[in-house]
Amino acid sequence: MLHKKDNKLEVSAIENGTVIDHIPAKALFKVISILSLDKIDKQITFGTNLDSKKLGKKAIIKLSDTFFIDKEINKIALVAPQAKLNIIRNYSVVEKKVVEVPDEIIGIAKCMNPKCITNNERITTRFSVVSKREVRLKCHYCEKITDQEHIEIV
Amino acid sequence: MKNKSLVSITDYTKDEYLRILSLADEFEKKPDPSLLRDKVVATLFFEPSTRTRLSFESAVLKLGGRVIGFSDSSSSSVTKGETLYDTIKIVSNYCDLIVMRHPLEGTARFASELTNIPVINAGDGANQHPTQTLLDLYSILKTQGTLDNLTIFMVGDLKYGRTVHSLLMAMSQFKTTFHFVSPDELKMPDEYKYYLNCLGLKYTEQKDLTANIAGADIIYMTRVQKERFSDPIEYERTKNAYILKNKMLEGTKENMRVLHPLPRVNEIDLDVDANPKAYYFTQALNGVFVRQAIIASILGLK
Ligand SMILES: [Zn+2]
Repeated sequence: MLHKKDNKLEVSAIENGTVIDHIPAKALFKVISILSLDKIDKQITFGTNLDSKKLGKKAIIKLSDTFFIDKEINKIALVAPQAKLNIIRNYSVVEKKVVEVPDEIIGIAKCMNPKCITNNERITTRFSVVSKREVRLKCHYCEKITDQEHIEIV
Repeated sequence: MKNKSLVSITDYTKDEYLRILSLADEFEKKPDPSLLRDKVVATLFFEPSTRTRLSFESAVLKLGGRVIGFSDSSSSSVTKGETLYDTIKIVSNYCDLIVMRHPLEGTARFASELTNIPVINAGDGANQHPTQTLLDLYSILKTQGTLDNLTIFMVGDLKYGRTVHSLLMAMSQFKTTFHFVSPDELKMPDEYKYYLNCLGLKYTEQKDLTANIAGADIIYMTRVQKERFSDPIEYERTKNAYILKNKMLEGTKENMRVLHPLPRVNEIDLDVDANPKAYYFTQALNGVFVRQAIIASILGLK
C-alpha cells in the first residue's frame, strides 16, 4: 500500500479513522502491542523505516474506522513520546492530537529492577511518572526508577 | 494510625513519627505486659534476620501477645512453591498483624494490598526497613532531647545503604544539616541531594572522616562492603579510611553520640565501645520500645 508521490514515501489515505505518525521505527511493534492492534479486525496499514528529519527512521500506522480515547492512546507516549495523531473523517483531517505521558502507568511497562517483586510473582505493574520529558517511572512496589532507555513493554 | 500498614518510612507523616516516639517513651518508662493479651502477631521471615525478628518477637511478648511464624523460607511452605499471594491470604486468617521480611523489593507493599490485616515491613531487600528508621529517630531524640536543627554525619556506604537513605528522608523534616562522608564510589545518590536542595537544607560531602567532626551531634556509621566496589584496589585503598577510632572522638561535642544499625564488621573500632559517646547497643534496645509503639498504634490499642 506504499505509493511514491512527490519523491516521498507515503501510506495511502483512509476514509475514516486514525493515523498515528512520528513513531520511532524501532518502537513500532511496541506501539502495536500497547494498543493491542493485533486484536483489531479493522483494516490497518503500516509503514516503517520511512525517512524522518526528527526521528531518523519513523513509522506510521493508519487505522480505518478506529478511534481511541485519550487515556488509551496516551499509553504509547512511553515509547513514542513525539507521536502525532490525525483523526480522519471523510478523507480529511478533522483533528490533530499529540500524546501525553499519563501520571500513572498501570500494567504496560516492566520494572527494570530484577529484584522487584513484580518480576518474580504474577503482579500487574504500577508506576507513578516522576518525569515526563525524559520519561522516568517510579515503581509503586520496589520504589526504584525505570528510565526511558530501559522501558520494556510487558 | 489504626490498621495503617507501615511499608515505607514515607507512609507516615512527621506528626505520626512523633506520636510513635512518644508512645515508645511511654513503653520504656512503664511496661504494659497485658496490652496485647488476646492478639496474635505473625512474623513471616522469608529470609533470616535473627536480630530484627527477635526484636519484634520480644516487643510482642513483653506486651503479652503471642507470636506465630517462621524464621526463614526453607522451613515454610514457600519452599514447596507456594506463591506469596497464597501465603499472605492464608496467614491473614490466623493473626491480627503481619510482620514480614523478604529478599525481594516491593514485597511488603504487595502483601499490604492483598489483605485487610495491617502489615509491618521488616525489610524488603535493599528497599525499606522503616522500623529501623523510627528506632534511629528515637535514639536521636533520646540522646539529643530534640530532633530539630541537628548536625548529622553519615559515614560509609551512602550509595547503597538503605538505612541512611530512609534516615535522611525522615530527618529532613527536622531542619537537619547533613555531612556525607564516603569514598567517591559510594557517595550519596543525586536524587537525595536534589531532595535536600528542594527543601533548602544544607549538606556537605567529604572523604575525610574527621574533618569538621567537632560540629557533629550524631555520627551515623555504616558498613563499607567489599562487594560494593567495582575496583578491588579502590576498596583496599579506602577500607581503613572509614573506621572510627576512639581517639578521633577527642574534641567532639559532649552531647555527640555514635549510632550504627548493627551488625558492625570493623567500621567501629572496639576501643570506641567503652566511650560514653558510643550508643549503638542502647540503640538496638530502643528497637523493642519503638516496635511496641508501632504495633500498639497500628492495632488501635494506643
Ligand atoms: Zn519495581
